[in-house]
Amino acid sequence: MIFGLPILSVAIWLPILFGVLVMATGNDRNAPLARVLALVGGILGFLVTLPLYTGFDKLSSGMQFVENVEWIPHFHINYSLGVDGISVLFILLNSFFTPLVILAGWQVIEKRVSQYMAAFLIMSGIVNGVFAALDAMLFYVFWEAMLIPMFLIIGVWGGPNRVYAAVKFFLYTLLGSLLMLIAFIYLYNQSGNSFSILAYHALPIPRFEQILIFIAFFMAFAVKVPMFPVHTWLPDAHVEAPTGGSVVLAAIMLKVGAYGFLRFSMPIAPDASHELSGVMIALSLVAVVYIGLVALMQADMKKLVAYSSISHMGFVTLGFFIFNAYGIEGALLQMISHGFVSGALFLGIGVLYDRVHSRQIADYGGVAHKMPVFAAFFVMFAMANSGLPGTSGFVGEFLVILGAVKANFWYAFLAATTLIFGAAYTLWMVKRVFFGAIANEHVEQLQDVSMREKVILLILALCVLGMGLYPLPFSEIMHTSVNDLINHVSSSKIPAMVMPAAAIN
Amino acid sequence: MNYLSTLYPAYAEIFLLVMACVILIADLLVENQRKTVTYVLVQLTLLVLFLTTYHYHQTEPAHLFHNMFVGDQMSDALKMFSYIAVSMVLVYTRSYMLVRGLFTGEFMVLTLFALLGMMVMISASHFMSMYVGLEIMSLSLYAMVALQRDSATATEAAMKYFILGALASGLLLYGMSMLYGATGTLEVKAVADAIKGGVANSNLVVFGLVFIVAGLAFKLGAVPFHMWVPDVYQGAPTAIVMMIGSAPKLAAFAFVMRLLVESMQPLAAHWSAMLAIMAILSMAIGNISAISQVNIKRMLAYSSIAHIGFFLLGVLSGTVEGYGAAMFYIVIYALMTLGAFGMITLLSHEGYEADSLDSFKGLNQRSPWLAFMMLLLMFSMAGVPPTAGFYAKFSVLEQIVKTGHVEMAIAAVMLSLIGAFYYLRIVKLMYFDVPESHEPIRMPAESGLLISLNGLAVLALGILPGWLMAACSVVVQKSLLLQ
Repeated sequence: MIFGLPILSVAIWLPILFGVLVMATGNDRNAPLARVLALVGGILGFLVTLPLYTGFDKLSSGMQFVENVEWIPHFHINYSLGVDGISVLFILLNSFFTPLVILAGWQVIEKRVSQYMAAFLIMSGIVNGVFAALDAMLFYVFWEAMLIPMFLIIGVWGGPNRVYAAVKFFLYTLLGSLLMLIAFIYLYNQSGNSFSILAYHALPIPRFEQILIFIAFFMAFAVKVPMFPVHTWLPDAHVEAPTGGSVVLAAIMLKVGAYGFLRFSMPIAPDASHELSGVMIALSLVAVVYIGLVALMQADMKKLVAYSSISHMGFVTLGFFIFNAYGIEGALLQMISHGFVSGALFLGIGVLYDRVHSRQIADYGGVAHKMPVFAAFFVMFAMANSGLPGTSGFVGEFLVILGAVKANFWYAFLAATTLIFGAAYTLWMVKRVFFGAIANEHVEQLQDVSMREKVILLILALCVLGMGLYPLPFSEIMHTSVNDLINHVSSSKIPAMVMPAAAIN
Repeated sequence: MNYLSTLYPAYAEIFLLVMACVILIADLLVENQRKTVTYVLVQLTLLVLFLTTYHYHQTEPAHLFHNMFVGDQMSDALKMFSYIAVSMVLVYTRSYMLVRGLFTGEFMVLTLFALLGMMVMISASHFMSMYVGLEIMSLSLYAMVALQRDSATATEAAMKYFILGALASGLLLYGMSMLYGATGTLEVKAVADAIKGGVANSNLVVFGLVFIVAGLAFKLGAVPFHMWVPDVYQGAPTAIVMMIGSAPKLAAFAFVMRLLVESMQPLAAHWSAMLAIMAILSMAIGNISAISQVNIKRMLAYSSIAHIGFFLLGVLSGTVEGYGAAMFYIVIYALMTLGAFGMITLLSHEGYEADSLDSFKGLNQRSPWLAFMMLLLMFSMAGVPPTAGFYAKFSVLEQIVKTGHVEMAIAAVMLSLIGAFYYLRIVKLMYFDVPESHEPIRMPAESGLLISLNGLAVLALGILPGWLMAACSVVVQKSLLLQ
């Protein structure tokens, strides 16, 4: 508690409040006001989350900054918030991206500006709620509420095929989460009427039920991650979404699914997680290798980065289900790094799209001649995406591979192919877009990045390099929680046979 | 005097009957072109009714008129919700009906009589009074559907509604007569005792039960007795559909409680199996058929069938908590229906019916606020948090999972996923498409205020649903005569 403020509540509700204010500015006559107000809201929203880092006790594995208020007593639902080493970084990452996204849409978005800005602010608050919720129903409410602004962002400000993409995105994600709801209700009844996530962690569950619960959670989280084979909504959503929408999708929303595995699937159903880990690892490796190859074939830059995201997220789920500290910490670092890198790549593609109005790789060539500063930034992010040492992309991938070697050499071998594929598809795209002769008159007329764009890219570049060179501030904060999680997951939760009282006597 | 003072649980009904007659005559005698006097009188009557019911509310069930009538917490709560619903209907529909020349004294008096019928249904504790209440309500509604005499579709809808309604009443009566034959009584409590005591011929009782369930399903519009619903919703004037789709559902809830739960609880295994089939079929056919509709009234008709299916899930869970969840569901459903049809009446104007899906195109550009309200209503119908519709579905699901019907819960959520598609389509039309006309939306201030309150209530009940859930659960618990 800094200044006696409940920081997590402020982190959730401040952006939402600003979102409502921005929406109230009404039509596009007030667009400048809406923009400024949104930026102020975004920056304030980030600043209020900083105490979460500075005030975080790295040695404690328990929940911190806890808030607990009775919400719906009829169902014992509480407004219960808290963060541990696993979730705290994502709240920071999310709040960090909100002002960047608002800046990225500063001039590009011309119609219904207030609604656009408001949607991002409201979403930012809701996503913070997802990461901070310690009550399953509260989590579920935030989880589903997240869909509404994203649905509108894709559908209103998206590309030509936006309606298809928006509806597909919504229904796909809703499908998974409804099964999760049933699992929550089941757990509520089993745990003696409680929706507390921590109570679920301690609840013994028979093997068969654990597997069903794991599958229900899997449906919800795998769609969000997205894992192979339920990944098909992502390329559509990314291609059609406006730049800001793509950034939030890639940098934040995908992380929500992976976070769900750590917070729900693994600790609530540890035995099922172990039992099904083979399947999870197989699906992850398919994502890493096969989707990596798919990315190689893309002609659309956004689609390429979208497939690259799926491939990188395969790395993350692989890291989770090899059940060792290297794997999980590596996966978490990979998630954060991927947030920075994919966010930056989408912003970069947005920069090009705003000028040429095409995302096709074939429409470009020789951009570096006309936009040298931008090219330098983009090449750096591309290097990070392919996992070059010294960039943030390397840290996570290296740790996951290290963890995978411990589990099984062949996992590691297959996972390591991502270093090759990743480099292949990213750098090949860079080569075709940035280098060579100037391809056409559109490229001839390109202007280099403006001050606003430069600031955004510079901030992200610093993050990518900083995290690559000195990852300790990121890894030390999650260390205790990850170890605690691994200890928890390694002990079985299948209830022992209850002996009749007579037999004991 | 002494006798009169014992009648206090029925004061509201008596007052309403008197006022309906007074207003009928007053409307003829008082010169008022726009029916303002009648309208104000009706709204005042509803206000007094609310205060009466609130003032004389029961804590323990009180029986009247030789056990024909019962006043208990559930009936008081349902009546108060019905007053609010009817009052909202009148506010929403006033200008819609005025420009169509339908805002007549008859319309309002019929509305009051329909309300009286609902109140009798809600408070009936005897098969006879149940049936009388049902017929008072139904006959008023048939007449209201036919109010637009020169419209062929409205007349057709009225005929269908009347004939199938009469058939349903017949089935219901036939079932009741079977029960009478088996148990020798028509009193809810005595029937329950007879069935429980094993004096009744169980074959005969179950035979009667089948007819009663079929009759109920007709009235509720559950599959396979749902055929009339889309035609009536599409054909009748929107204002009347709003009336049919909202308050009578509350009365139907009470009807189901009194008939199936209070009088035939020992047969729960029989009727819950029947309801289970109807519930799943209703959700499946309602949600799937709604997808292909282009008329929003017809779409909402199929959506109502699907909602009734979900509501039946709550009933068939067979626990007091489940009945509470079903009541919560139906109250929220009534609120959402009022809002959705209210929106249609607001977008309609003279010579134009906003009953095609296309009339919602680009609403966000014409009026962002109305579009936002409709967005809330649609997401609530789809059951997406943080709206009230989510908690309605959640509380029902919680009960059926608790009673071990996990497979039905999974079927229910999968079918509501299909449902989400057509609600989303409305949102898509409003936000993603360009409007067909840029004509500004003119609406009376009071309807504009009401739709805002309605939409925000759906949101507010989605954020703080606890009190209403608890209230529904408590009144059901305090009222049902469960042995």
